[in-house]
Amino acid sequence: MTNKIITKELTGSQVFLECLKNEGVDTIFGYPGGVILGIYEAFYHEKKIKHYLVRHEQAAIHAAEGYARVTGKCGVAIVTSGPGATNTITGIANAYLDGHPLVVFTGQVSASLIGNDAFQEADIVGITRSCSKHNYLVKDIKDLARVIKEAFYIANTGKKGPVVIDLAKNVLDAKIEFEYPKEVDLEGYNPTYKGNPKQISKALQLLCNAKRPAIISGGGVLSSEASEELTELAKLLNVPVATTLMGIGTYPMNDQMALGMLGMHGNYWANYAISNCDVLFSIGTRFNDRITGPSKEFAKNAQIIHIDIDPCSISKNVTANIPIVGDAKIVLQAMLEEFKAKNYEINKENKREWFEQIEEWKKQRVIPEIQSEKLHVHTVLEQIYEYTKEYEPIVATEVGQHQMWTAQAFNFTKPRKLLTSGGLGTMGFGFPAAMGACLADKNRLVLNIAGDGSIQMNIQELATCVEYNLPVKVMIMNNGYLGMVRQWQEKLFDRHYSETKISGPDFVKVAEAYGAKGIRIKKKEEIIPALKEAIEYQGPVFLDFIVEPFEMVYPWVLAGTPIDKVILSRKE
Amino acid sequence: MQHTISVLVKNEAGALSRMTNLFSARGYNIESLTVSTTLDTKYARATIVVTHCDDSVIEQILKQLHKLIPVIKVCDLTPENSTTLELVFIKVDSKNEVGELLKIAEAFGVKVIDVSPKTYTLQAVCNEKQLKSLVELLRPIGIKDIVRSGAVSINVKSE
Repeated sequence: MTNKIITKELTGSQVFLECLKNEGVDTIFGYPGGVILGIYEAFYHEKKIKHYLVRHEQAAIHAAEGYARVTGKCGVAIVTSGPGATNTITGIANAYLDGHPLVVFTGQVSASLIGNDAFQEADIVGITRSCSKHNYLVKDIKDLARVIKEAFYIANTGKKGPVVIDLAKNVLDAKIEFEYPKEVDLEGYNPTYKGNPKQISKALQLLCNAKRPAIISGGGVLSSEASEELTELAKLLNVPVATTLMGIGTYPMNDQMALGMLGMHGNYWANYAISNCDVLFSIGTRFNDRITGPSKEFAKNAQIIHIDIDPCSISKNVTANIPIVGDAKIVLQAMLEEFKAKNYEINKENKREWFEQIEEWKKQRVIPEIQSEKLHVHTVLEQIYEYTKEYEPIVATEVGQHQMWTAQAFNFTKPRKLLTSGGLGTMGFGFPAAMGACLADKNRLVLNIAGDGSIQMNIQELATCVEYNLPVKVMIMNNGYLGMVRQWQEKLFDRHYSETKISGPDFVKVAEAYGAKGIRIKKKEEIIPALKEAIEYQGPVFLDFIVEPFEMVYPWVLAGTPIDKVILSRKE
Repeated sequence: MQHTISVLVKNEAGALSRMTNLFSARGYNIESLTVSTTLDTKYARATIVVTHCDDSVIEQILKQLHKLIPVIKVCDLTPENSTTLELVFIKVDSKNEVGELLKIAEAFGVKVIDVSPKTYTLQAVCNEKQLKSLVELLRPIGIKDIVRSGAVSINVKSE
């Protein structure tokens, strides 16, 4: 007789589920296949974790990212080996560039077959190496729980991002006594959260003495939940705030000191303020070329303070005078404490001219051109915004003209309400991301603003929406063109609309064929009734807005020109 | 300018590939690369020599390497604080000027490790500059082949 307590042995597939429960996962997106049948057998008996069957693996990853963006938790997806795994690449790369936490499980052939070009074998660890934060191949069940623990930790700390775990089939079938590790032991992974106090004082001093200061708030402020600290500090220091596309919602757009979005399609005054400031305080942005233009011309008279959790982002594209490596929230809190504790003096008077100048720039607005009897997207979006704002909806977008118009038209006042693919610019992201959002915030109105091109990239997910009754309201700005590319062709390629005229199906019929609702809107007076009908309907809806094909997005800064070369209309 | 970067990394599958992938994905040039386990076989040491990059690129390389999860430590070794050497085998034509060949070998502390009727095989442990002179002197005699280990480097002034 032994005194040892006999614990039941679990299969690798069961260990997988127990690990997820330990991480608090209750929602997972996926698609079954040969090597992960064991896991799906375990799902069959599982009550606490709900699996959502998508219609394409790419959508599983985008849905998980949508879920992560809304909740701030790790999104989780599982797919099979080979094509199942390779279909996830765009989704993984998207989450990597925008810095959102995911743990993606891919199946792999048994360890003994790896390298043999077995059926549905792909070297997914090799393939995802440059588009994931980290990845693992698990060949031995002894490593499984530790690897899952580490993956969740890595994905959701430091600069957040996707982690891929490739599970060899033999691991899922093997048995082990399950124990979930309490701690992770990652010797080489120690993100810096606290900023250097000396740098913080220097930054505060510089900001206090500035005559023409400006802040850029990026996606890092959203990731670290630092909106409150940002708003408090901006008010205390009396500094106007511009946001990047990823930073939208981190500073209330309706605030007097908000400059709104900057960059290629940013506000005239935001671009001018950033170009002319003497101190630029940049938080959680990597200075992507879409906001800087040529980096040598960017904010060239400014002293630059740059907070980022990723040391690689600092002085990569734009050289920082005061670099601060750290988490935006923790550093901003430290700045607030330091400011309140010491006698920093703010001279509001010497900034008066600056604010007057900004007010002057604010007069440079885009006057929308009316080109035809047809609906114009800016009118449609204005009405959607006005009609839905009381619901504080989550708004997902695809990529293109409609994306930029959405960023401009919706006055986002809270973070995690706009889900858009910024870094990778992935058409087909918005619809599945909106599905993830529906599950992340179950009673919230979720919109997907789309183009007729983008929606066709993951339109199959309407079946998923119908099956689980995910009531995404898809607003298709149907102009019959790949509008953003067409816009460039009009301006730069002499109106040679090479392969940008794109046909699509009858979206109303498609919706109906899938068992969803479809509404077509051609006239202004149809907009509000359609929105009312769509919101009242308890399920997914396609709203097909037939819009003017030749509308242009302004403001517009042509690629390769400085961001104060803002074009406001066709006449320029 | 040439930089020698010493990287202490977990000795695990894929670690080397993560480092080299970083160089190719970001368009940095590797001049030489050597990797082997350390005293503690849980870790490996890579010595990477990079050329043709300015200070901001070197800074990015160091930071990007450090960002890799299995990487424990990254050092940019300068000639002032480190010694860098490599092992080189040189096959030289032995049909003529053997006396000259042996004189050069002696002056450079080079060992003759194999002699055949047509070829002398030399073994040198030297730095980049010494190798360059050695090659220049041997070239008129006739170099048939050269095999280089790539540089290894050690920090000698810190402790």
